[in-house]
Amino acid sequence: MNGLTFDIAHLLAGSLVLISFMMLYQDRLFALINVFALHAVVLALSVAWQAYIQDAHHLYITAAIALVFKAIVIPVGLHRIIQRLGIHRDIETAVGIGLTMLAGIGLVTLSMVLMLRVTPEADPLAREDLAFALSIILLGLLVMVTRRNAVSQVVGFMSLENGLVLAATGAKGMPLVVEISVAFSILIAFIVIGVFLFRIRERFDSVDIGALDDYRGERR
Amino acid sequence: MSGFSLDAVAAILFIPAGAAAILAAMPNYRMTAVVNVIASLLTLLAALSLFVTDRPAPGQYLLVDDLNIVFIVLNTFVGFTTSVFSASYIAHELETGRLTAPNLRFYHAMYQIMMFGMNLAFVSNNIGLMWVAVELATLTTVLMVGIYRTHEALEAAWKYFILGSVGIALALFGTILVYMAAQPVVGEGTNAMVWSVLIEKAAHFDPALLSVAFIFLLLGYGTKVGLAPLHAWLPDAHAEGPTPISAVLSGLLLNVALYAVLRFKLLLAASPQAIGPGPLMVTMGLTSLIFAAFMLYRRRDIKRLFAYSSIEHMGIIVFAFGMGGPLANFAGLLHMVMHSLTKSAIFFAVGHIAQVKGTQKISEIRGLTESHPGLGWALVIGVVAIAGLPPLGIFMSEFLVVSSTFARHPWLAIPLVFGLLIAFGALLLRLTGVAFGEPRGGTAPVEASYVPMYSHLALVFAAGIYLPAPLVAWFQHVAGILG
Repeated sequence: MNGLTFDIAHLLAGSLVLISFMMLYQDRLFALINVFALHAVVLALSVAWQAYIQDAHHLYITAAIALVFKAIVIPVGLHRIIQRLGIHRDIETAVGIGLTMLAGIGLVTLSMVLMLRVTPEADPLAREDLAFALSIILLGLLVMVTRRNAVSQVVGFMSLENGLVLAATGAKGMPLVVEISVAFSILIAFIVIGVFLFRIRERFDSVDIGALDDYRGERR
Repeated sequence: MSGFSLDAVAAILFIPAGAAAILAAMPNYRMTAVVNVIASLLTLLAALSLFVTDRPAPGQYLLVDDLNIVFIVLNTFVGFTTSVFSASYIAHELETGRLTAPNLRFYHAMYQIMMFGMNLAFVSNNIGLMWVAVELATLTTVLMVGIYRTHEALEAAWKYFILGSVGIALALFGTILVYMAAQPVVGEGTNAMVWSVLIEKAAHFDPALLSVAFIFLLLGYGTKVGLAPLHAWLPDAHAEGPTPISAVLSGLLLNVALYAVLRFKLLLAASPQAIGPGPLMVTMGLTSLIFAAFMLYRRRDIKRLFAYSSIEHMGIIVFAFGMGGPLANFAGLLHMVMHSLTKSAIFFAVGHIAQVKGTQKISEIRGLTESHPGLGWALVIGVVAIAGLPPLGIFMSEFLVVSSTFARHPWLAIPLVFGLLIAFGALLLRLTGVAFGEPRGGTAPVEASYVPMYSHLALVFAAGIYLPAPLVAWFQHVAGILG
């Protein structure tokens, strides 16, 4: 493989990991959503680059979906929801930022060590993509567990799905069915969550999961 | 004849899908319940016809083999009986105003979409398609768990949604890794996701990559099976949704995820250098069993109690399949069928009980055998069955699990029997309070049919006494496939 094409693919996937790190320390909802939009833009570029170097035209569709839905439609929608709910205050992080960053570094190391060790024979580009993708997935999980706010959990989940898309496009020749399904499931996820958010708003005037936690089922 | 059989597969998929579209458009709620029952019955008949018709050759997307027929028939059967139960249950919910007519339309359409998703997961020959189908079935149940829109129901649905999504994301990553492992051998494109192609060539896959893939798949689909420590969504989702949904969650959806795990276990077993899936499954199974057995003691909500019992039994089943070998696999299959039938019957009973008593709190339900003999005794039989007492079917399957463990790994039998006894004690302790003694709570008669409940229990009873030889032969054959 040509050195430059490899470097660009590497650069884009690496930036995704970096942006995932940026999500870890955002303490405002709007900032978090903006970083997520950036994440989605870089994902779209990365997927488009894969489409170009693999000469797989169907991947351009996936890139377009990432750009339109994840970088534009969803962030705009989330902005509106936040404004309507009036919750553009600080995010309560459950764990301190320093500790979260350390945990993030640990997770990235883990995924590098694991994925590079088990794929010595795979195509070098695919294997590094896979290692980056696992890092993004784990960082997305970390965002989800360190936040108590419903909207930021949703954002964490979507960044996790971005990692999945990166992995799916890195796997050469993976059938379209999966890419579409991933994009589609994000759309569904968004609708479902949107419905949920509105219902939660309707009932409790809060989208803070902490408020829901009062109930344990065994304590009635 | 192959054209006809393909029609049967198509019918299993298109009847629920079509019914969902019709139900979504029907305004009259009484009719929707009837249509729901009819559609479920037709799907069951289509599933049964798979036994007699020739099977189509496995395609790129669909597959019918001896393994999944068992799952499909069980799925459509419980789907049908639950739709009958659901009709009477839902009518009562409408009277008491917990649900409105538009809710019902939504509920019935979702019920059929869920059946479609589960059937699709069973017949899919493509690991990507299977993933999509499991995801679809999960999303529909999330919506149904949240249907009461109470504080508790929303929290349960949210928790289920978030944990389920994380699980499904891990499963997708595992699926991608399987594709990566297959791609150098099978070549690029759809073929590298077709299960029947993968299983033939699995021996040449990179074993390390396949092993990592299986771990992700086990964690991902294992979340849906409700294995500890990934079970947190399960009790809430069971307790707060409508009871027919609790019945299908426990009886069917857990099996769907289990089926996915089994398919990938077969793939791993075909690759000799990869890690053995057995020890992982045995560990997770035993953990779930013992954890759930202890959790049974402190439950105060009757649906939550039986939800933990489902975790316990899924633990036993995963343990049995993890042990492997013809006898343990046979026991695991039998236990899965018996558990689905018994647990859904128990949830039918619990649904009626909660409606007549107006509460799910165990402390406020007393003396059922006196106030509602039909219901009370059904619960007694169900709990006796689920606790594993002879002569019912679960006793037999648990006995087979324990004896095959003793024969092969006697040390593993100690925690297994320990867990079973703990759970047994907890269930009987709760049962005596609920079923016997001075009646407490509402005494209004139940206006519902007991047929679904008692037909399940009769089947479980009959299986405990006598299993017909063709059925045994079939199960042995399937157990042989499972390796």
